[in-house]
Amino acid sequence: MAQIFPKGANRLPAISIVGVLGGGIFAILLVWYYFSPEYTDVGYAPEQPVAYSHRLHAGQLGVKCQYCHNWVETAPHANVPSTQTCMNCHSQIRTESLKLLPVRESWATGGSIPWVKIHQLPEYVHFAHNVHVTAGVGCETCHGRVDRMEVVALSEPLSMGWCLECHRQPELYLRPAREVTTMGFVQPADFVRRNLERIRTENIQPPTNCSACHY
Amino acid sequence: MSTVPHSAQTAQAIDDPPLFGADLSFHDVTELVSHHTEKKTPTAWFGAFALANAGLLLLVAMIAYLFWNGTGVWGLNNPVGWGYAIVNFVFWVGIGHAGTLISAILFLFRQPWRTAINRSAEAMTIFAVMCALIFPTIHVGRVWVIYWTLPIPNQMEMWPQFKSPLLWDVFAVSVYFMVSATFWYVGMVPDLASLRDRARSLWRRRVLGVLSMGWSGANRHWRNYEKAYLLLAALATPLVLSVHSVVSFDFAVSIVPGWHTTIFPPYFVAGAIFSGFAMVVTLLVISRKVYGLENIITVNHLEKMNIIILLTGTIVGFAYITEFFIAWYSGVPYEQYAFLNRAFGPYAWAYWIMMSCNLLFPQFFWFKKLRRSIPFMFAVSITTNIGMWFERFVITVTSLHRDYLPSSWDYYSPTAVDILTFVGTFGLFFTLFLLFLRFAPMVAMAEVKYVMPQADPHFYEGHGDGRAGADEPEVAPSVSPTS
Repeated sequence: MAQIFPKGANRLPAISIVGVLGGGIFAILLVWYYFSPEYTDVGYAPEQPVAYSHRLHAGQLGVKCQYCHNWVETAPHANVPSTQTCMNCHSQIRTESLKLLPVRESWATGGSIPWVKIHQLPEYVHFAHNVHVTAGVGCETCHGRVDRMEVVALSEPLSMGWCLECHRQPELYLRPAREVTTMGFVQPADFVRRNLERIRTENIQPPTNCSACHY
Repeated sequence: MSTVPHSAQTAQAIDDPPLFGADLSFHDVTELVSHHTEKKTPTAWFGAFALANAGLLLLVAMIAYLFWNGTGVWGLNNPVGWGYAIVNFVFWVGIGHAGTLISAILFLFRQPWRTAINRSAEAMTIFAVMCALIFPTIHVGRVWVIYWTLPIPNQMEMWPQFKSPLLWDVFAVSVYFMVSATFWYVGMVPDLASLRDRARSLWRRRVLGVLSMGWSGANRHWRNYEKAYLLLAALATPLVLSVHSVVSFDFAVSIVPGWHTTIFPPYFVAGAIFSGFAMVVTLLVISRKVYGLENIITVNHLEKMNIIILLTGTIVGFAYITEFFIAWYSGVPYEQYAFLNRAFGPYAWAYWIMMSCNLLFPQFFWFKKLRRSIPFMFAVSITTNIGMWFERFVITVTSLHRDYLPSSWDYYSPTAVDILTFVGTFGLFFTLFLLFLRFAPMVAMAEVKYVMPQADPHFYEGHGDGRAGADEPEVAPSVSPTS
């Protein structure tokens, strides 16, 4: 009887085993890297309606975070400042600047400045700024070195796993209350011990159950 | 039909009836089985396939409708959060138990009669498990995140709850599916090689050549094959018992009255075998007739299956009665109420359908005449599966619809979507089964051959058929008696 397969078919089993194994590993690595929020989301820096520079205001001029985001210690939502907050200074400084035209327009008409939201969470996640800020989570821990950003970009993945990293081991991330807004904070050598002490005395227990954030 | 010496037939009739009808030769078996995959597709097959496809289409449409609208299209209500989806899941998984029982456990117990039916029973198992797997998949609501049920590392750092029987179920059923499919395929390799060697066209030979993995029938191939088959049988055997035990944990591990009972695992396994064998009988009674295999799948085989149906039906019936006894004996009012409510409450109709189909009707198989009667066994195989579907319905729905809080008691009734989805799974099942009948060797030819009288090395010398005669010792003495 004639041969059913050409001679080259002898290589097929080896090729298919290597192909399936290699392809499988390749697919895993592909998903691992390219499908993670670290790849898809970090670095998101949309153009804003006003070319507001955090580097200038927060970095060089040293304006405190809470001067503009003034609800952050008391409300779940860290607000984007209202036009009035901008005008506190800009009614007197650089009143003719072209860059500030949309701000003055908003001031005159009462309309909002259409800021673009960068730190987006899905609608089924509840995050409260006040709880985190008062417990000692630094602004920088989640938002990065805002004092160096000309345009604000997303610096952390904001994925659930990323949240849980801190909720499971808060002692690695907490800082003293007075250092919450510090940019470029360096933890003291024995910070883990100090944090554990604080966690015990202040009873800081970050929840890891589903309904802590999904309710 | 062939030239088998007559002595073989007479010698065989000592205690058991012959396994196979007529004087079949090895070649006859090959012809009878292979022929159906090689002939032109019969018109009737197309008719049946079209009907099955219509059912499959219905299933796809119902699932699409469900995905678009969410589980609100089902009849679930507040106390009854598990309805048709779970009932149908357990029903189909149960049916999927006969295949592996026949192929693995009966293989280990050296029951030669399994060879005639194991291939189709295993096919039925695999297709039934596929139907079953649909339901837990679609019942989750957000089906696009079904991979959350699997332990896959992810950016959410979310991990399945290993303490939950629902997760054990995911593993139990998917492992069962994989092992059954492997077992089925490995068992089919020699037969696929037979088909390959008979094939006329090059492409048919090539496809079968790939599937039979270069099988040449060499001694070495047979040795490895039989070792592998034995190992797979040993691997599949605990699964027969474990899968439905784990399915029963879905209920038994909870604290709902009527579910929280230790009897569940053995009683579910018996019920699964009961319904699985009934389905095998239903399918084989038809296909042996349509495909002219009455000489290979004989009434003796069907009778043996009916005996198993009688046995497992009685076990299941005994379990129903035991549950009542334990409910009374436990002294727990909730438990007692759950069972009284089953038998005499608003779902009493379902309970008594279950009781009569599962406990009563199989008892007729005590009569030899009835268990060898094709029309009767066909009827009982159908009522058995109706009864077993209702068993799952009764367990799931009656326990939930009236539990601890009388204020939330309610009556559950399925919607049209529930019912049509279930009907649709039969479309999927029969589509796959018809494809199997058309393209695969539906009887394990090689295995049938090695339990035939001709397999005995002394057969062609006119004596020896693999059994001892009445006046011969069981094992021939190694030393000649004259020395």
